Amino acid sequence: MLEVRQQYSFYGILLYIAATVFVLFLVIDEPEGNIWNGLFWVIQLFICINAVAKSFLQESRGRMLYFYSISSPVHFVLAKLLFNSVLMLLMSLISLLLFFALLGNPVQKISAFTGLVLLGGWSLSMVFTFLAAIAAKAQQNAAIMAILGFPIIVPQLMLLMKITNAAFNPDLTILWNDIALLVALDILVALLSVILFPFLWRD
Amino acid sequence: MYKTWWKFLCIILLVYALVAGLLIKVPNLPILGETSRNLFYHVGMWSAMMVLFICSLVHSIRYLRTMNLKYDIAAKNYATVGIFFGLLGYATGAIWASYTWADPNNPAFQSFSAVAREPKLIGTAVALLIYFAYLILRDSINDLDKRARVSAVYNIFAFAMLFPTIFIIPRLLPSLHPGQEGNPALNFKDVSPQMRMVEYPAFIGWALLGVWIATLKIRINLLKEKSLLKK
Repeated sequence: MLEVRQQYSFYGILLYIAATVFVLFLVIDEPEGNIWNGLFWVIQLFICINAVAKSFLQESRGRMLYFYSISSPVHFVLAKLLFNSVLMLLMSLISLLLFFALLGNPVQKISAFTGLVLLGGWSLSMVFTFLAAIAAKAQQNAAIMAILGFPIIVPQLMLLMKITNAAFNPDLTILWNDIALLVALDILVALLSVILFPFLWRD
Repeated sequence: MYKTWWKFLCIILLVYALVAGLLIKVPNLPILGETSRNLFYHVGMWSAMMVLFICSLVHSIRYLRTMNLKYDIAAKNYATVGIFFGLLGYATGAIWASYTWADPNNPAFQSFSAVAREPKLIGTAVALLIYFAYLILRDSINDLDKRARVSAVYNIFAFAMLFPTIFIIPRLLPSLHPGQEGNPALNFKDVSPQMRMVEYPAFIGWALLGVWIATLKIRINLLKEKSLLKK
C-alpha cells in the first residue's frame, strides 16, 4: 500500500516518534508512574494521528478511482483497517522501547503493560482509520482529523489509562472487565466502518 | 410535523412545570435547600438535548437510506438546537453548582477544576464537542450531496461512540451528581413523590419545546432550499 510506495512517509513516522520521545527526554527526566503513563498515551495518540491519517489523506484521486474499480468498499476498508492496525502495533512497540530506553522504566508488570499497549494501539488505529476516511472527504484537511477524533477517542483513552495504571502499581490487579469493554468497542468500530464506509466511497 | 396537538401539550406541560415547580413543597435538605427546584429546569435541558440528538441521528440514518436532502437539513437543525439546549444546560448547572458545589467566594467548597472532573460534565463536553465538530465538518465540504453524505456518516459514527462515553466514564470517576456514590450531603436519591409529579412532565415538556423549535427551523430552511430540493 501507500507506505511501500512512499517509503519516506514510513521513515517519517519513525523519525517523528524518535524526535518526540527525545524532546520529552530533554525536558523531563524519569517521571513518576502516572505521569509517564499519561505522557505515553498522549504521544501514542499523536503518533496514531500522524501514521494513520496518511493512509487516506495522501492517496491521490486517480489512485482512489483505481481502487474503486478493482475492489468492493467493504474489502477496501477492511484492508485499510488491517494494514493500519499492523502499522500502529509496530509503532506502539517502537515508541514503548524508546520510552523504556530514554525515560526510565516505572512499569511493574512489563508483559501485561506491553499487551495493553498493543491493544491500545490497535483501538486507536481502528478509530482513526475510519475518521481519516471521513476527513479525506473534507478538503484534505488534516486539522479536521483532530477536531473529529479527540472527542470520540476520550472514552477509550480514559479506559486505557485506568487499565494501564494498574500495571504501575503492584497492589492493583488488571481488570478483565475493562479489557473486554475495550475489545467490544473495537468490534463496534469495525462493524460501523464496514456498514458506513460504502456511503463514503461513492463519489 | 404539522400536527398541532403536541404543541398545546408542550405549552400546558411547561406552564405546569413552571408554576408547580415553584409552588410545590420540596424536601429541605442540607446544602441543597430550595435549590432542588432547579431539577425541573436543569435536568430538563439535558433530556431535551438527548432527545434532539437522537432525532438528528434518526434523520441521518433516514438520509443515508433515501438520499433525500430534506432529511439532511432536518438532521443538521436538530443538532444545532441540541447544542443550544446543551449550552443552556451548562448555564443552569453552573448557577446551581454555585450554590452547592463551587462558589469561588466560599472557601469551604472545592476548586472549580476539582468539580470539573465530573463524569456528567465530561460526558456532555464530549457530546457538545462532537456536534461542534459535526457542524465544522459540514462547513468544510462544498458539494451539497457529498456534505450531506459525509456528515451523516460522521453523525452516526459519533453517536455510536458517544454512548460508550456516557456508559463508561461514570464508572471511572467519582461523581458529585446524585444517583451514584458521591457527596452524601447531595445524595437525594429519593426524589420525593411530589417532585416526581413535576419532574417527568417537565422533562417531556422541555423535549417537546426543543423539537418544536427544531421543526420551525427545519421548515424555514426547507423554504430557503426549495429551489434545490425541487430539481
